Amino acid sequence: MTTAQRNDSDPTELIRQKALWMRRTALKMVYKKNLGHIGGDFSATDVLSTLYFGVLNYDPDRPEWDARDRFVMSKGHATGVLYSALCAAGYFPQDWLETYMGPRSMLNGHPNRNYLPGVETNTGPLGHGFPVALGIAIAGQITGASYRTYVLTGDGEQQEGSNWEAAMVAGNRKLANLTLIVDRNRLQQGAGTEETNGLDPLDDKYRAFGWEVVEVDGHDHAALLDVLGAPVGARDKPLCVIANTVKGKGVSFMEGLAKWHHGVPNAEEYEQAMKELV
Amino acid sequence: MAEAVLQARETFDCRKAWAATLEDLAAADTRIVAVVNDSVGSSNLGGFRDKFPDRLVNVGIAEQNMVGVGAGLANGGRIPFVSAAACFLTGRALEQIKADVAYAGFNVKLVGQSPGIAYGELGATHHSIEDYAWLRALGPITIVAPSDAWETAEAVKWAAAHDGPVYLRISRMKVPTLEIENRVFTPGKAERVRDGSDVTIIANGTTVHLADNAAADLARAGISARVLNMHTIAPLDEAAVARAAEETGAIVTVEEALVRGGLGGAVAEFTSATRPVPVERVGFPGFMPTGSVDYLFGEFGLSEAGIAEAARRALNRKPG
Ligand SMILES: Cc1ncc(C[n+]2csc(CCOP(=O)(O)OP(=O)(O)O)c2C)c(N)n1
Ligand SMILES: [Mg+2]
Repeated sequence: MTTAQRNDSDPTELIRQKALWMRRTALKMVYKKNLGHIGGDFSATDVLSTLYFGVLNYDPDRPEWDARDRFVMSKGHATGVLYSALCAAGYFPQDWLETYMGPRSMLNGHPNRNYLPGVETNTGPLGHGFPVALGIAIAGQITGASYRTYVLTGDGEQQEGSNWEAAMVAGNRKLANLTLIVDRNRLQQGAGTEETNGLDPLDDKYRAFGWEVVEVDGHDHAALLDVLGAPVGARDKPLCVIANTVKGKGVSFMEGLAKWHHGVPNAEEYEQAMKELV
Repeated sequence: MAEAVLQARETFDCRKAWAATLEDLAAADTRIVAVVNDSVGSSNLGGFRDKFPDRLVNVGIAEQNMVGVGAGLANGGRIPFVSAAACFLTGRALEQIKADVAYAGFNVKLVGQSPGIAYGELGATHHSIEDYAWLRALGPITIVAPSDAWETAEAVKWAAAHDGPVYLRISRMKVPTLEIENRVFTPGKAERVRDGSDVTIIANGTTVHLADNAAADLARAGISARVLNMHTIAPLDEAAVARAAEETGAIVTVEEALVRGGLGGAVAEFTSATRPVPVERVGFPGFMPTGSVDYLFGEFGLSEAGIAEAARRALNRKPG
């Protein structure tokens, strides 16, 4: 975003407001379409809000601007939060949100860069965004460009081998301009990550691959802003941010339950959820 | 009343038949194992997991590993059913399917769930319309797309007993059970759903009942259409295609898949080389726009009207 949008006295206030709007918007989209991935939308909301309203340098009027910071949404199923973030950031008008997954909508169930400005690459199959982000970062490294590249993966997504292939290259190339954020909500589609194919200790794994690793509360805007907004210059390694999150965060009856991976609230649950999201 | 009659045919999600049959087979044969990628729910394998917890291998979200593990389990004397969303199973693990299953020749059953465009508005990444073309190109894999719940159960039983790689395409779209007397599932042999002499409609999977309804419409207009259920697209029942070409002189293929390289491709390859007749292919032209299953079926002619229209086009192309 342009620096003019920021409120420098308390930068987290804007992030908080936008996060609330994004959660309410994502919920409405999923409820109205009776389809979507609300649990993973909510766990990632504060990360996206911090990035778009506190960290990333972009201009929605020039989505192809060479010098923009890149954000790659590798967990492409969470379009409720991605689309509401892009809309809040000014990439497209709000009425587009009403078409979510409708016939020939630009707001497909998974993001398509040919449909929507602000989408850096098509995702949906897990384990694709990170290698693409790696390529973006390598392009920056070999051209000496100053943009930063951020990629968000799910934690279940980390089970895909392609992530580790990317992690190895990034570590070897000392890609300080690359930040991986793992949405560590400890749930995947059908169950917990640790009972399915455990990831812990995830921090040690990334350290062993040559990364600097920071763990952060993925819902604490000030902490996220500190970690994600830190200047690249202070590092000589890629940065892995393990964002400890809660799947379904913000709605009491959704928090921490696998069934809300792609569960859709009924009318009563929707009203209850909206009451909580204030 | 008319409406009630029209809606009377009960429809079934074939995944139930798949899961129930696999559980029965596994109870009788301890060699049977299931391999999944965080897909217990989408594969309907919750019951299997509860009954045979030691025989469910969940590798997490890792399809390449999943198929490799399947090949290894076959090496170890197991009969693995590797079950995942068809798009990720075939797309992500294509080289494992080629090298570890087809080329190495392991007795692995690949089970593609919710294939075609069953995932509707989740988009082209989640559609599996290229799978026929990819897997058919490999050769040694028998590819079966059951048309209804009964055929799904028969195909699963056959696959378990068959020694060799198989790809089963299991739909979650609700389809009616075909009304054919004394049905026997014979892999590699087309099933005649309806006889006819002017044109042959060759369909498989979720489109067979649509083809049969289209043929009924055509019959009312005086056009006699044969309908074949080509549940096995590889190896193709060339004899049935040859008879269709010779006896009806025009062919329509219908599949919930890409028009390139699948059933239509197989039929066109065979007829053009041996008995050239007009072939009209009904299917999807490429990456689909956003839309529900019903919307995309309608827009791209996978409907009674669309199939009947393709039959008329094929008839119009008949020489003389
Ligand atoms: C290659 C691939 N395999 C399987 C899936 C199906 N799938 C979609 S989301 C999901 C679970 C993802 O879990 P996680 O990465 O932890 O995401 P989150 O908890 O943030 O929603 C799965 C298995 C997929 N999209 N891509
Ligand atoms: Mg998760």
